[in-house]
Amino acid sequence: MGLLDKQFTDDNIVIAKVEDLLNWARLSSLWQMGFGLACCAIEMMATSASHYDFDRFGVIPRPSPRQSDVIIVSGTVTLKMAIRIKRLYEQMPDPKYVISMGSCSNCGGPYWEHGYHVLKGVDRIIPVDVYVPGCPPRPEALLEGLLKLQEKIRNESLVKKSA
Amino acid sequence: MAADIENKTTTNEKLKTEEMILNMGPQHPSTHGVLRLELQLEGELIVNVKPHIGYLHRCFEKHAEAMTYPQVIPYTDRMDYLASMYNEFGYAVAVEKLLDIKVPERVEYIRVIMGELQRIASHLVALGTYGADIGAVTPFLFCFRDREKILSLFEMTCGARLLYNYIWVGGVSHDLHHDFLRLTKDFVDYFRPKIKELNDLLSFNKIFIERTANVGILPLDTAINYGITGPMLRASGMKWDLRKDDPYSIYDKFDFDIPVGDGRMGTVGDSWDRYFVRVLEMEQSLRIIEQAIAQIPEGDVTSAIPKRIKPVVGQVYSRVEGPRGELGYFIISNGTVNPFRVKVRAPSFVNLAVINELCKGHLVADVITVLGSIDIVLGDVDR
Amino acid sequence: MKTTEEIFNLLKEKFGDSIIELKTDIPIEQFIVVNPLEIDKICNFLISDNDLAFDSLMNLSGVDDANGEKKTDESGNTQTTGGTLSVFYHLESTSLRHKLVLKASTSIENPEVSSVAEIWRVADWHEREAYDLLGIKFLNHPDLRRILMPYDWEAGHPLRKDYKNPEYYQGMKVPY
Repeated sequence: MGLLDKQFTDDNIVIAKVEDLLNWARLSSLWQMGFGLACCAIEMMATSASHYDFDRFGVIPRPSPRQSDVIIVSGTVTLKMAIRIKRLYEQMPDPKYVISMGSCSNCGGPYWEHGYHVLKGVDRIIPVDVYVPGCPPRPEALLEGLLKLQEKIRNESLVKKSA
Repeated sequence: MAADIENKTTTNEKLKTEEMILNMGPQHPSTHGVLRLELQLEGELIVNVKPHIGYLHRCFEKHAEAMTYPQVIPYTDRMDYLASMYNEFGYAVAVEKLLDIKVPERVEYIRVIMGELQRIASHLVALGTYGADIGAVTPFLFCFRDREKILSLFEMTCGARLLYNYIWVGGVSHDLHHDFLRLTKDFVDYFRPKIKELNDLLSFNKIFIERTANVGILPLDTAINYGITGPMLRASGMKWDLRKDDPYSIYDKFDFDIPVGDGRMGTVGDSWDRYFVRVLEMEQSLRIIEQAIAQIPEGDVTSAIPKRIKPVVGQVYSRVEGPRGELGYFIISNGTVNPFRVKVRAPSFVNLAVINELCKGHLVADVITVLGSIDIVLGDVDR
Repeated sequence: MKTTEEIFNLLKEKFGDSIIELKTDIPIEQFIVVNPLEIDKICNFLISDNDLAFDSLMNLSGVDDANGEKKTDESGNTQTTGGTLSVFYHLESTSLRHKLVLKASTSIENPEVSSVAEIWRVADWHEREAYDLLGIKFLNHPDLRRILMPYDWEAGHPLRKDYKNPEYYQGMKVPY
């Protein structure tokens, strides 16, 4: 209510661009797919808990990829799991976004050198929108990552598909 | 007419049934991580459960061979990420046995306080997520609220909330903050009534008892043969705790009990017992922390940390009682600065193997109950 | 409570040549070296005898001993041939409170060890892991297949000292 309260002089006519309206609707209720892989998943759970609330941004965890907008890849992506992540990403309906949380999913993390079973970065298989660095990132860092994603969505256009 | 009806009814003809394979895939809200369970079902009853693991295999043992002894510690953190202090503790104890060095007493007390606080934090996650799996979401939020207090104590000491790199071979990395002991005492006083609150909310809740009592009963001789340790073994009736039966560090100086499952809600060794043993263990950890705060001496915490760790050629197997069970490190050294082989005996890896025995004959929904009561962490299972 | 020496003498009387030697000079642990193909009979005796009663297997680990011969050819590459893979067993008795360490060594070309999975059910998954990461075959194991690596991993056994990473796995680039 704070965004719209007492902003308009006229009673029941509001003029806005369709783009702005759609973008605002999308960023205010990003439903995330509960996809925790490793240690970063615990920080993601702590972000959803009461101390650093995720729900005030409209983000609630959904169990199924068909009902979610954003997938937060939190934790190390191994080669065995990578194939399944690709399938889950393809099951999500458009528009979909990906936040890569933690250094393991950004670039392989501490396992980059000798990890024979670790995929060095989830962007080798799916396109990533926002990278959140840290090992594990603090809940505040994840919230900032979410805000950056909201910025990105706010600037999206109906006409061209953004990269 | 009557004859027609008689010919149409079928008597003694069995309905054709088939077994169904249901996949509880790697992505699932209740499998506590990336675990795949292949369930073979006869209707709703379980015939066989085959766990498939390895979705989080991060090659810890190969990294340990490539790093030096102190550099392995951040990797041990990330194995059982809910009990990082205990992983580091186990590794430090093992390497100190190999080097045959003795740490100052203040370091021992700090390690015990950190270890027991970590045990409480780990059990809070276990109990909270167990309640959330069964369907009770409120205890999850309450447990995480209390856990934040412990994490802020850890952050005050070493700067990190989850993966610390704090307990080093020969000592700890930083001395305690000057307010730490006072705040820990405040936390102990704050937390005692919260255990009672958790019991009122969840443990003696009729619905919770209906769902967990008599589900997944683990007999004692099966448990020993399968190598089960930790709260799971104690819930089956055996009073076995490495802090008392094979003491390490200074645990023999403290006075605490070992809670054992007694089957008061159902049978000895069912899921409710495994859950309640963890609740009672949190109370005992509070007792240990209080005694440690009262007895801790002054001293220098970094004086015994060796500048270069190059042990003699040899091998050692040492074990500690982690929150999930017996955590063992088997270290072989060949005289160089890198370990030759580090094998981790992970408690969750061993405890998970028994799930087939526990789930036979139960319903599909009981798989979640049993899995939650085993309390696995996939980083530990796959290493 | 028995010491490792007393147990060694007991086992030597009963099994003779299968018990190879008692190593006491390596710090910190003493261990008994046994024949890998007879280890299931020895373990059956260890668990069922009333004086020993080793009812719990604490740990089973495979080790690549890296004791093969190194040969350097003209271009400077070192080739290691031969060597052994070993399996260490850490046993404990919960009633009599004594411990024992056994070692079984087998050659790297044809590594075969008898399985103890029927005696202690905990050995089931540990042996699968030793097979997966080191390539040690366990005879009479109920279900010997890979456990941690993907089931179609072609590139070998990762924990061996001469393991090389593949370049691609199912279209994904493996090295950094």
